[in-house]
Amino acid sequence: MLIKQPDDIKPSEITDRKLYLTRRDFLRRAGLAAGGLSLTAAGATLFTASDAGSRLPPTQAEGEKIYQGLVSGPYSSKEKTTDYGDATDYCNFYEFGTDKRDPALNAGQLKTQPWSVRVEGECDRPGLYPLEELLRPHALQERIYRLRCVEAWSMVIPWVGFSLGKALGRFQPNSRAKYVEFTTLHDPQQMPGQKRNLLAWPYREGLRIDEAMHPLATLAVGMYGEILPNQNGAPLRLVVPWKYGFKSIKSIVGIRFTPTQPQTSWHRLQPEEYGFYANVNPAVSHPRWSQQRERRIGEWSKRETQPFNGYAAQVAPLYQGMDLNRFI
Amino acid sequence: MDKLHPLQWLSRGLKPLLFLACLLPLLLLLWDAFHHSLGANPVEEIIHRTGLWALRLLLLTLAITPLRRLTGWNQLIRLRRMLGLYSFFYALLHFLAYGWLEHTFRLPLILQDVVEHPYVALGFSSFLLLVPLAATSTNRMIRLLGGRRWQRLHRLVYLCALGATLHYLWLVKVDTRAPLLYLALLALLLVARMPLFWSGAPVSRIFQRAGK
Repeated sequence: MLIKQPDDIKPSEITDRKLYLTRRDFLRRAGLAAGGLSLTAAGATLFTASDAGSRLPPTQAEGEKIYQGLVSGPYSSKEKTTDYGDATDYCNFYEFGTDKRDPALNAGQLKTQPWSVRVEGECDRPGLYPLEELLRPHALQERIYRLRCVEAWSMVIPWVGFSLGKALGRFQPNSRAKYVEFTTLHDPQQMPGQKRNLLAWPYREGLRIDEAMHPLATLAVGMYGEILPNQNGAPLRLVVPWKYGFKSIKSIVGIRFTPTQPQTSWHRLQPEEYGFYANVNPAVSHPRWSQQRERRIGEWSKRETQPFNGYAAQVAPLYQGMDLNRFI
Repeated sequence: MDKLHPLQWLSRGLKPLLFLACLLPLLLLLWDAFHHSLGANPVEEIIHRTGLWALRLLLLTLAITPLRRLTGWNQLIRLRRMLGLYSFFYALLHFLAYGWLEHTFRLPLILQDVVEHPYVALGFSSFLLLVPLAATSTNRMIRLLGGRRWQRLHRLVYLCALGATLHYLWLVKVDTRAPLLYLALLALLLVARMPLFWSGAPVSRIFQRAGK
């Protein structure tokens, strides 16, 4: 199998000096926030405000966007983005509880600084990478993508992130790396949901290597111009917009290149309901939810679900010759 | 003014009080809807809340007979019809909210959903089973059917309760604690009806005097 070599950094992708500095700033703020306050949006904006010398109480309206003037990422959507409050209040992140509001309520205690990601498996540059190290070469982009949950609701989220493929390329996967597996932090002290054996902790997800190298596959560190709120997968999460949301693993601490298909959490629990591929597919009904239509959060009426969540033109070639009714 | 035992006051006041109490979940739902505090997915919230109250009230309806036997307070029976009808009322709201907000009352879509998803089919049939029970709940219908036949018909309520509870259990992804609790309650209520459970006289007779 041919492994796409990482491109050299093009001049257009070099982060400008100001942005680069603000990004470092964000990391410092993240550290401060993790030390005392919950790293919710309010927490993040509080420190932004106090850094600027403002004594106003932190509110959403006062929120200074940390990431501004970002270049738009590939295939970024022009659709109306989901309300920030909804996107941060209505989450599936079972590490913090199974109710939609649980993550927003319980994720405050997650310590996202310092954070590192262990890279292992079939690659030439394994190791423990501090988050700053991992982010350094990448220009952050604004990537506005549709998010379709298997539960038949959807959102449009302006992520702040960069190409997963470029990040993975730096670790120089070898020819045996056919898949890549991601792991979420496992720490029941910080993630109280892990005290119950609902899923096989730590949460695991995976992609075929060509899927991972696709320009749409994203590693995100922020959304809505801000640092990722904890409940949305801080400090580093995957965004795979053409797949059901559970593929987009949150709070990543492990990346492993493997020759065989990884055992992913939901697939392991109920393989007939949650496939490894989990491409958004209105033609394949789920035992619980019809996948033909979806409710965009913020709308009352439902809309038709698009194959590959509307990204068929970009990603359908990845699955040529595959029976998508079988490989769910 | 005749002298009434305090428990008689209670039994007189209980029904109107319970009537108002059963309206509270609906009022709260309307209040929250009006104040945009139904969360990010209000449709889901409306459907879940109405369904949950239908189930709760159905179990409460089933609790009346065991409670009556346990306490010997026969006045409780006067509450049963109202609770049952309220359960039907919330089930109807649940069904209407689902039919309208999920499928805009398009019958082919509803039927497809019923056929493809066993938990929807279970909920749907439980609701359909409740309809004849609600329709025959008047005194006139009881007389018309005759007590025995009426009672036999109303044994369908056990099937409804089981169907509704399994409907809930089936739709939950992995965290089955809440639906299993309802299932356990239902099992308890069914066991409490078995004749051998009640071989003797009521456990307590304290309420009986007042109830007469």
